[in-house]
Amino acid sequence: MYQSIQTRLAVAGLAAFIGATSAQAADITGAGATFIYPILSKWSDSYNNKTGNKINYQSIGSGGGIAQIKAGTVTFGSSDKPLTPAELHDAGLAQFPSVIGGVVPVVNVEGVDPGKLKLTGPLLADIFQGKITKWNDPAIAQINGDLKLSDAAITVVHRSDGSGTTFNFVNYLSKVSPEWKSKVGEGTSVQWPVGVGGKGNEGVAAYVKQIKGSIGYVELAYALQNKMAYTSVQNSAGKFVQPSADSFQAAAASADWKNAKDFYLVITNAPGENSWPITATNFILVYKQPKNGAATQSALDFFTWAWAEGGKQAEELDYVPLPKGLVDQIESYWKTEIKL
Amino acid sequence: MAASSSALSNATIDSPAQRRNTRDARADGLFRWIVASAGLFVLLALLGAALSMLWGGREAFSTFGFGFLTSTDWDAVNHKFGALVPIYGTLVTALIAMLIAVPVSFGIALFLTEVAPNWLRGPVAAAIELLAGIPSIIYGMWGLFVFVPVMGEYVTPWLNDHLGKIPGLGALFTGPPLGIGMLTAGIVLAIMVIPFISSVMREVFLTVPMRLKESAYALGSTTTEVVWDIVLPYTRSAVIGGVFLGLGSALGETMAVTFVLGNAHQLTASLLMPGNSIAATIANEFTEADSDIYRSSLIALGFLLFVVTFFVLAGAKWMLRRMARAEGEK
Repeated sequence: MYQSIQTRLAVAGLAAFIGATSAQAADITGAGATFIYPILSKWSDSYNNKTGNKINYQSIGSGGGIAQIKAGTVTFGSSDKPLTPAELHDAGLAQFPSVIGGVVPVVNVEGVDPGKLKLTGPLLADIFQGKITKWNDPAIAQINGDLKLSDAAITVVHRSDGSGTTFNFVNYLSKVSPEWKSKVGEGTSVQWPVGVGGKGNEGVAAYVKQIKGSIGYVELAYALQNKMAYTSVQNSAGKFVQPSADSFQAAAASADWKNAKDFYLVITNAPGENSWPITATNFILVYKQPKNGAATQSALDFFTWAWAEGGKQAEELDYVPLPKGLVDQIESYWKTEIKL
Repeated sequence: MAASSSALSNATIDSPAQRRNTRDARADGLFRWIVASAGLFVLLALLGAALSMLWGGREAFSTFGFGFLTSTDWDAVNHKFGALVPIYGTLVTALIAMLIAVPVSFGIALFLTEVAPNWLRGPVAAAIELLAGIPSIIYGMWGLFVFVPVMGEYVTPWLNDHLGKIPGLGALFTGPPLGIGMLTAGIVLAIMVIPFISSVMREVFLTVPMRLKESAYALGSTTTEVVWDIVLPYTRSAVIGGVFLGLGSALGETMAVTFVLGNAHQLTASLLMPGNSIAATIANEFTEADSDIYRSSLIALGFLLFVVTFFVLAGAKWMLRRMARAEGEK
C-alpha cells in the first residue's frame, strides 16, 4: 500500500523475470544466524503457501553462514555481524539487512520490575568488566533515585557460545566505553573479564532467572517470553528509553544507512531521541555474480515479498521490519550490484 | 564313465578328513582375518581421529607452541588462545565425579549382589540400567533447573560457612552462591557415571564363584569380610576397568557439563566458581569460530582431550600392572 511506484515496478519486473527463468517452484537454500530463524521459518511457510517456493534455512550460526556462502553451498548466507566492504569484495559477495531486533539487558534483583532499572552504556561496561560489583553502588543509585537497591553482589551472565547477540552488545559497549574497547574489544565471542556463560539466549535467560543479583543480555523476545526484568538504557541523545519495537524502529530509521557502503553499519548507539541503543540488524549475503542466477533471484524475490507482506508476522515475533526508506535503498543496491 | 567314477570314489575314500582339514583351515583363516580387521578398524579409527585432530590443530600448536598448554588466555578478539582453563576444568570435574561415584557405585553393586533380598535385586538392577540409558542432556537440564537452585540456596552457603573457614582447604570452598560451577558439574557427572560403574561392578561381582564365598561363610566370615577378602580381590581388575570406563565418559561428557559448569574461561581455585571443560568449550564455540586460528585452537583442544584421556587410561593400566605384581610378590 505504501510502496512507491518504482518499487512496484521493480517487484513486477522481478516477478516477470522469475516467471521467465523458472516456471516451477524453486528451493532456495540458506544458512547462518540463529537470530532470524524464527521469523524466516514463519515467512517461508507463508511464502510457500502463496508461491510454492520453499526456503530451506539451516540456522547454524553466523560464522557457519559466512563459511557456507563462501563455499558456495547455499544461495544465501546470513550473519549478525556485517562483513566489511573489503571482505565482501574479495569474496564477490553483496550484503543487505534483512530484519531488525534488539538486545536488552535483563536483571534479577529483588524488588526491581521490568523496565524500572535505569542503566547507561558506561555503567553497563563497568558492570561487565567487574568494576561495579554491588547493586547499591553510588553510580547505579545516582540515576535510580526512586529505586531501593540492596547491597547484593552483581553476577554477570554472558553468552558462552559465539553469537551475534554478543557481537551487538559488545559493539555497543566498545562504542560507549574506550576502556572496554581497548581491554576487551568486540566480536561474536570475547574474553569476558568476569561472569558465567550460558549457552544461547535461553541459557543466559535461565542463568539470570536462577542467580540472584545477576545481569545478562538477551534478545527482547526472550526477555518478554520469560517475563524477565529488562532495564531501560540511556541512548546517545541522553534519554532513557525502554526496549520495544518502537524504539528499535526509531534506531533503524535514524541510523545512517545512506552513507554505509554495502550496508556495513552496526546500528548500536544510533542517534535520535527515541532510539534504543542496542538495536541489532541481521544481514544477508549473496553472490554478486551467482553461478545459479535463478536461485539467487528467487531468494531476492522472497525477501522483497517478506518486506512488503511479512511485517506483521515480524512484529508478532518481536522483530522489527526494515523501514521503508531502507528497503528502497536495498532494492536499488541490488540493481547496481547484483548481476543475474 | 567307469574311470571317472572310480577316480571320484578313490578321492572320497582317502580324503574326507583331509578335505575337512583344508576347509577348516580356510574357514579359520577367514575368521581370523575378519576379527583382525575388526580389531584393526578400532586402531585405524583412533589413529585417524587423533591424527586429523592434530592436523586440524597444527596452526594453533605452531602459533602458540608449548604456551598453548600453560596459557589461561581465551581471547577470540585478539586471537590469543590457551588450553589451561579447559584442561583444568576437565580434570577437576572428572576427579570430583570419581570421588563421589566410585564409593557409591561400590555400595550399590555390593548391596545388590551380597546384601539385598532377592526380590529387590531385579528391580534395582533394572532401575540402574534405565538410568544409564538417559541422554546426557536430560541430566544437564535436571542439573540446571532442579539441582543448581538447591546448590545455590543451601549447599554453597553451608560450604562457605563451614569448610570455607579451614585454612588452605577453605580456598576450594569459598565463592558466591551461584549454584553453578565445578563442584555442581562434578556432582552431576557423578550421578551420570554411577549407573555405568555400578552395573559393571554388579556384573563382575556376580562372577565370583559361589563356593569361594560359601567356604568363607562356612569358616565363620562376616559379610564384610567376604566382600573385602573374597569378592574384591577376585574381581579387582575388572572393577578397576569399570571405574576407568566411567572416568573416560566423565572426561568427555559435554552437554550436561555445559549446562551447569558456567562456561567461563577463568582459572580459580574455588570449586564453587564457574570454569570450563574441553568438551564444553568445543560444543559452545565451534559454530561461531570465525577465524582460522580460533577454529584450529578448538580442534587442538579436541586433540588434547585425546591426549588427556590417553594418559589417564594409560596411568590406570600401569597402576593395575603394579598392583598385580605386588599381589604376586605376596
